[in-house]
Parts: sequence; structure tokens; C-alpha cells
Amino acid sequence: MGLFRIFDIAGSAMSAQSVRLNTTASNLANANTVASSAETAYRSRQPVFQTVMDNSAGMDPASAGVRVAGVVETTAPPAKVHDPGNPLADEEGYVYMSNVNPVDELVNMISASRSYQNSVEVLSTSKELLLRTLSLGQ
Amino acid sequence: MAIDINQQFDLHSRVLGLANQRLELLADNVANADTPNYKARDIDFRAAMANASQPGGLGGDLPMAATRPGHIQAGGAGPNTTNPLYRVPDQPSLDGNTVDSQKENAAIAETSVRYQATLTFLSSRIRGLRDAITGGR
Repeated sequence: MGLFRIFDIAGSAMSAQSVRLNTTASNLANANTVASSAETAYRSRQPVFQTVMDNSAGMDPASAGVRVAGVVETTAPPAKVHDPGNPLADEEGYVYMSNVNPVDELVNMISASRSYQNSVEVLSTSKELLLRTLSLGQ
Repeated sequence: MAIDINQQFDLHSRVLGLANQRLELLADNVANADTPNYKARDIDFRAAMANASQPGGLGGDLPMAATRPGHIQAGGAGPNTTNPLYRVPDQPSLDGNTVDSQKENAAIAETSVRYQATLTFLSSRIRGLRDAITGGR
């Protein structure tokens, strides 16, 4: 029954978007984290989305939603700030800021929340149709 | 006059099947609205319907030619499936994704109205048959 598959599809989208919201929250929370070396500085994390292709359902190449293929750390170099008073400063007095760009993160957050809302809308539409189908002939 | 119940419901069930399939594709598109290189898909409802309403029409599938008696007749997909087509994007995006959320939502609304209309038709058909059986009591 296709309408039940829509639940899976919309559910996968909602879980993927919530992973995205999760990374955004983590990035924003760590926007001002400092570290004592460039290697250990916090790097912004971004999920990579991938379509799940499902050929098993007997349908011709029908996909079944989306999944998070992985979470990658961005490669932008962390900013080096001279702050000798910081307990984490290295011997030259530098601390390394995270490479999070708050503007990017906020845009990501809005996009993720809109996509999430879209999926909820799809879910409620198909739920309504399913319920109406169930009450057919009464 | 004999009433063939299958015939009474056949067209409507085909519409429901097609609407179902289309909703599934559209849900897929919405789910992959942020997936890089995803290409949005949709089915041409009118063409699919024209195909499906032909008697024994295998909804869009080319039948395999059997030119010799020994050839196995490969069954196509079911009568309610049709081949999805890729959508031509109005505004292509840099990441290769061709999903247009507005279009998807509009198409979902349209398909859902079609589906509900068909359910209404089916309901009244069922009511009519029931009236015919019970004599309107």
C-alpha cells in the first residue's frame, strides 16, 4: 500500500532534517569555543544527505526517502586569535577559534525547519487520505 | 440487467492506484529537497490515466515482442504503475537538485483532491449499489 510507504519516506526526511538541525545546534553552541591548537579546534559539522534507492518493493527504481550518509567536518582553517590571558593559549599566546560561520548555520537552520515542515505536511495529507480510504463505503 | 461489480469499480481503483503512485513520488521529492544531485520525478497523470484506462493497458510499459512460440511473455509492471519522468527544472540549483518545493506542494494538493474526489465517487457508487441490493430500505 503506497500510502504507508509515504509514511516511511516522510519519516526518513524528518529524521534526516532533525540530524541537520542537531548539527546546526551543535555548531552554534560551539561557535565561540577556543582550543590550544589548530588541530583540536572545533570544526563545523555538516550532514551529507543521500537518496535511498529501493528496488526491492517490486516497483521500478523507486526510491524510499533520504538518509544521512555521514557527517563531515568542514575544512575551513580556524581563526587564530592573540589572547595571552586565556588559559588555553599556546606558548605564543594564541588561541584557535572554531571555524563555525553563524550566518551559514542560521540559514541552514531555517532551511532545515522549512523542509521538516514540508515533510510533516506530506505526512498529514497522506494520513488524511488513508483514513478516508479506510472509511470508504460506510 | 447484470451488474459487473468489477467494472463498476475498475476505473476508480485505477485512479486511486495512480494517485497513490504519484503521491509516493512527490513525497520522495519533498524528502530529497536538500539532497545534492537528486532529480525530481513525477508522472504525467493525464497520459498515465489514458494508458491505464485502455483495456488491459500495461500503464506505459512497452510490451515485449514474442515472435516465436517458445518466447516467454514477460509481464510488465502492474496495471497501476507507470514510468516516472524527470522534471525539467525552472530554476536549476548549483548542487544539481531539481526539486521545487512549491511545485511539489501544489502537485500534492492536486493529487490529494483527485484522490478524495475519487473516494467520493466510489462512496456514492457503493451507496447506489447498496440501495439497489436493499431496494432503498
